[in-house]
Formats: sequence, C-alpha cells, structure tokens
Amino acid sequence: MKNFQIIRALSSGSAVTNISKEPSAMFIAGGTNLVDLMKKNVVAPEKLVDITALDLKKIEFGTGKVSIGALAKNSQVAEDKSIKEKYPLLALALAAGASQQIRHMATVGGNMLQRARCSYFYNTDMPCNKRTPKSGCGAIGGSNRMHAIFGASDSCIAVHPSDMCIALAALDATVFVEGPKGKRQIKFTDFHRLPGNTPEKDNTLENKELITSIEIPENNFTKNVHYLKVRDRSSYAFALVSVAVGLDIKNNVINEARLAMGGVAHKPWRLTEAEEFLKGKTVSEETFRQAANLSMKGAKSYGDNAFKLTLGPNAITEALTIAASK
Amino acid sequence: MAPKKTNIKKVIEDDTKSRRDFIKKSGLFTALAFAPPSLVMASEKKWDEKIAEYLETVPLSIEVNGTKHNLNVEPRTTLLDLLRENLQLTGTKKGCDHGQCGACTVHVNGTRILSCLSLASMQQNAQVTTIEGLSKGKKLHPMQEAFIKNDGFQCGYCTPGQIMSGIACIKEGHANSREEIREYMSGNICRCGAYHNIVDAITEVKEGGKPL
Repeated sequence: MKNFQIIRALSSGSAVTNISKEPSAMFIAGGTNLVDLMKKNVVAPEKLVDITALDLKKIEFGTGKVSIGALAKNSQVAEDKSIKEKYPLLALALAAGASQQIRHMATVGGNMLQRARCSYFYNTDMPCNKRTPKSGCGAIGGSNRMHAIFGASDSCIAVHPSDMCIALAALDATVFVEGPKGKRQIKFTDFHRLPGNTPEKDNTLENKELITSIEIPENNFTKNVHYLKVRDRSSYAFALVSVAVGLDIKNNVINEARLAMGGVAHKPWRLTEAEEFLKGKTVSEETFRQAANLSMKGAKSYGDNAFKLTLGPNAITEALTIAASK
Repeated sequence: MAPKKTNIKKVIEDDTKSRRDFIKKSGLFTALAFAPPSLVMASEKKWDEKIAEYLETVPLSIEVNGTKHNLNVEPRTTLLDLLRENLQLTGTKKGCDHGQCGACTVHVNGTRILSCLSLASMQQNAQVTTIEGLSKGKKLHPMQEAFIKNDGFQCGYCTPGQIMSGIACIKEGHANSREEIREYMSGNICRCGAYHNIVDAITEVKEGGKPL
C-alpha cells in the first residue's frame, strides 16, 4: 500500500476543510472497503481524513421519522430494538450483508459509498472505465456472471453491492450531506446513479461532500416485510439477486407495496411499476407473479448473467409470497 | 571438480530455525526497496515537504492483552501487521489480508473486528485482545479447551480467528441455536471444513455458561 498522511477530524466542518486541501484526499471511517481498495492499489489517496471521532453515531427517533448518523455501525443499526420493530426491512437487509466482524466496523455512510465488486474494477491489469476512465470495460464480453441486467451502459455493467441500500431505497430514505458549499439533502433513490458515460461516478455526491446522516419516514411496513438474498453460499457473499419487499396489507388487500432489487443494476433498483400494479390487489401468488414479470421489462443479459432474467422474477415472487405470509 | 557437498540436514535445520527471522528481515528489505524511489524522486524534485510526508509516522498508544504500548507507526500499517510485525504477536493469522477469511479476527474494545482491514493509526487508546491474551497463565480459556475437546480444527490456521469470533458470538447473544451460530460465524472460513466441530465447541461453551 502506498503510504499516506492521516488526519483525525474533530468536527464535520473541519473534516470537509481538511479534505478540500488535497485533491486526492478521502474520508475514512470503518475502512472495510477503502483499506482493501488501497491494498490493491485501486485507489491511492495522498491523505486520509479519519472521521471516526465525529459525533455522527446516534440513532434518533423523532416525530414521524428516524435519523441515523452516518457513523452508526451496521451491527448497531441491525440490532437496534426500535429499528427492528419500526423498520424491520432495514434490519433484515443489514443482517444479510457481510459478516458480523465487518458489520461491527462498517458504517452506514461507508456502506452507501462501497465501490463496485466487479473483478475487473479490482484488477489493475484489466481495463475498467470505473477505475480508469476511457480504458474500456473488461466485463462486457468477459466474465460477467455477477453483473447488471438493468440500466447498464456500453461503459460499465457493474452492480451496486450493498444490501442496506436496497432497503433504504424501498423505504424512501433521505441522505443528509455537508460540503464546502454547505449542507443539502438528497433523495435516497437519487443518491446512486446509473453508469452512463461516466461510470467513475458511483453517486451524486459533489466533490468533498460528507454524508452526515440518513432519515427514514415512518411507514406501515412493520410486519409484511422480507429481504431475500440469493447468493452462491448461504451467508457472507454478495447477492446474485436480492429483493427488498414491504407490504401494507389489510384484510388480504395490499394498500401499499414497496419493492427494490439488488445485484441487478449500478444503483438500488426500485420497482415502481410493480408497486403501482400491486396497490389495491388481493394477495395471491398469481398477482405476485404478474408483478414480477412486469418488473423484468427492459432487462438485458450480457452472457454469463443470463440466469438473472429467470432468477430475478422468481426471487421477486418468492420475496412477495414470504412477506405476505408473515 | 566435484560439486561442493552441502550438509542438507544442517541447512534445513538452520533454515527452520531462522525462517521466521528471515521472513521478518526480508519484509524489512522489501520495505527498504520500496522506500528509496519515492525519496529519490522527492529529493530530485526538491519536494522537502514530500520527504517529510513519506517519512512521517503517527504516535500511537495502544493496549494489547493488558500491556500498554507507546509506538510510532506508519499510517498505512494495519492493526494485523502491527500485532504480528511490531509486537511479535504472531498468534493472530494473516489469511487473505482482504477481509474475506476472518483469520485475523481480534477484539478491539470488546468487539470482534478484522485486524487486516483496520489501520493501526486509527486505534488510538484502543484495548486489543488477541488469542495470546485469552489464557490465564497455563489455564486455557474455556473456548480454547472446547476447541481441543471437540476437534474444532485440523490444520489450525483459522483457529485463532475462529476462537476470537466464537467468544464474541456468545457474548453478543448470537449463539442460541446451531443455525444462528453458523450464520454469525460465517465470516470465519475454515478450509479444512471443521465447521461441524466448531459449532459443537461454541455450543458447549455457551451451554457451559462459564464467564467469558
């Protein structure tokens, strides 16, 4: 690993100021992704700004919402009693990600900023537009079993790797950030972006902005929820396909549905058309199957990942069925 | 001329004896081999500030297994390398060095984490417990005893990580069934496949109810 300077920030303001002084500087919190990327020389910052001393670790329940600090650990949120009760979908998704050791280290903000787990991105001998713009995409025509079926481009077919973010997209969360130009909010579903011609940009954060917290509005998705994660082994692996489901069911009729998929796109893939379709419908497997088929519109295979065109709708149907039966 | 005879047995013995020293020294040589180009380049371009940056170490106070250490570390030193290379605590193993195997699991302030993905420079005033810190004198920790009794290992390389993780798994309250143990131990890979016996060992310690 290339050596670097490390500075410990004591306020979010000084963190932003410190990072602004050095073009290649980066924030570090849990480090579970960044240290790995630095070891592989995928990124090589001259300076790290350690933000772990900032007061951004709290989970606070307010009227009609919960605010979660960007430095709250993944395990802290996953095992919080009130989160489990009021936002069980988030707890389920978090518990499905990584291992307990990593969840103890990884933060909510860092989880959102995970880089793609595409093997071409990690291998500096291979072309990758995300790592080195205009170098090409090794995954197109290469080994692409893990890759996107929605919203990919000729530049990049990598997928967003987080589980937590799939739940947060489904739950209409908001991201709070602070940067050199001040504070602002970003809708969670607008936070991550599609690759287009600039896959080096994973999200819509502006230069040197710091995530300070996320907020989730209160909802009725407290019972009929499920996070289904299909992977190569039963634990501690990235999703081939994952589905986050929240259903608000009364008398066997769906009042409202939330659906988002992971492992299929460069961002958490919200299934709004299926959500609309499910509204007012009576619970039945046939309805769920129809919603799943609707969700597959525009899906495209790149070769090795063709199985996702079948696995996707099956996973959606299964996740809806499990959620409805809870 | 006949080739010079070498006492193979002696070479092997010497090699075995000094293997760890050699690895440690060669690690140092590698570090030296890497340092000069940046320094040479920096001095050529008269980047005095850059030289200072490259040589910069960070003061670190850290407690490991009850012993306090005041050290200077390079910012890039991982907690795993600090333990193994600087403090000679080689019980914590380097498996993949990329957070995928769990062999480097240690407790920091009572929580299990991966030392390979932790920068030592970010562990200011941390209390670290490694496999070396578990036994009390010659009395093994209950989890160590249970691993021996239940054959919770074959080659033993993942064992320090498994044991540190197993203790935490019980303390966290995630050892209530075999299924839950398997899920919450999934970050510790055992290539010999001793999983069944590892779950036996953890279950036995959990049911034994001894203080951990």
